[in-house]
Amino acid sequence: MLTKRIIPCLDIKNGRTVKGVNFEQIRDAGDPIELAALYASQGADELVFLDITATVEQRKTLSALVHKIAHRINIPFTVGGGIKTEEDVRVLLQNGADKISINTAAFLDPLTISRFAKQFGSQCIVLAIDAKCESDNNWYVYLNGGRTKTDKLVVDWAREAVDLGVGEILLTSMNHDGTKQGFALDITAQLSENLPVPIIASGGGGTEAHFLDVFTKGKADAALAASVFHYKEIAIPDLKQYLSQNGIAVRI
Amino acid sequence: MNITIVQYNAGNIQSVLYALERLGVAATVTDDPAMIQAADKVIFPGVGEASTAMAYLKERNLDQLIVSLKQPVLGICLGMQLMCKHSAENDTKCLGIFEEQVLAFKATENTTKVPQVGWNTITNLKTELFNGVSENSFTYFVHGFYAGIGTGTIATTDYIQAYSSALHKNNFYGVQFHPEKSAAVGEQIIQNFLSLKS
Repeated sequence: MLTKRIIPCLDIKNGRTVKGVNFEQIRDAGDPIELAALYASQGADELVFLDITATVEQRKTLSALVHKIAHRINIPFTVGGGIKTEEDVRVLLQNGADKISINTAAFLDPLTISRFAKQFGSQCIVLAIDAKCESDNNWYVYLNGGRTKTDKLVVDWAREAVDLGVGEILLTSMNHDGTKQGFALDITAQLSENLPVPIIASGGGGTEAHFLDVFTKGKADAALAASVFHYKEIAIPDLKQYLSQNGIAVRI
Repeated sequence: MNITIVQYNAGNIQSVLYALERLGVAATVTDDPAMIQAADKVIFPGVGEASTAMAYLKERNLDQLIVSLKQPVLGICLGMQLMCKHSAENDTKCLGIFEEQVLAFKATENTTKVPQVGWNTITNLKTELFNGVSENSFTYFVHGFYAGIGTGTIATTDYIQAYSSALHKNNFYGVQFHPEKSAAVGEQIIQNFLSLKS
């Protein structure tokens, strides 16, 4: 049976992990490779590295980092952040990334998606959507790391992007992100039930029960989180055991 | 040992090279027929679309070369599908090493997502390729087409229906999953392939 995936996310700046991490077992908490290797050994199903570096020069650090990760990590990993051109994608895949995630650049020029899908295959194109539920009770797409609102509904953009060839959708609820009050179940389920691609839910995971909810009520195919793993509030082996005991198929 | 990875117009080739490097094994990525012919082991990886991949192989006569190989050959994902008789992906005649046909997954009410993406179990494991690998081990899959079950089946997986997650005939092996991304289980399978007698 195909299992639900647990995906730790690492934010990267200038080749180092940002946001705090709290692990005694690893020598250097800022080293993304050490942290990634630890998560992989604990049973993470996949990893996401999100680069928040701004300049072109610093992006060379990213491709060098991706190269090092690929030589150490034996599970699939996605790299995202600031990807705009075919060349950006080519360099990351060449250095060993399995998938790339795109966000703002794809929204501003949706044909980016079909060009990438044609050249590299849909299986490696993940669309990241930053979503916010407004007072009218509709979910809207936000850009530029959540700083810019658009008038586009999340359901419409997701459908359009799937038609253009994205292989998976990473949906982050800005309303839930950082709250540890649970994932956005309604919009996650709405996308998952209506689209033929896997939905990775992100934002709000604070307890093991939240992960159970996002798989049962939210119908997510995968759940992504950062700080609950970095601060050891939830250990991946315990989480998977809990999910398994509650009838969710997971890789143990 | 001389290990060669067949280079062609498909994705994911680099990942296989890196996986071998993680195991401390050097390999050469090439489309040079002489080098492929001379290798002790040949890996035929790939992620992509069947008809364009077959066209590329034919242009370079790599299709005839691959079927004539006598050393152990491991096809991965699209590589395995291309080693089958025919693929429903753009109605493509393939290499015909394995008798099995490659068909498209059809979404159902219960399983609405195609392609399959993620970790699934492999069962009914046969041959030395799976030495030391437990029944129901998890491996990582990304595919919208599958090979049916037939005489060459050496592992099965369930997604929408049961299908061949690995095939074998003589010196040829194929796996639908990605051993290069399947954690310790995948590494064991790669090691087993590398240990096969030439």
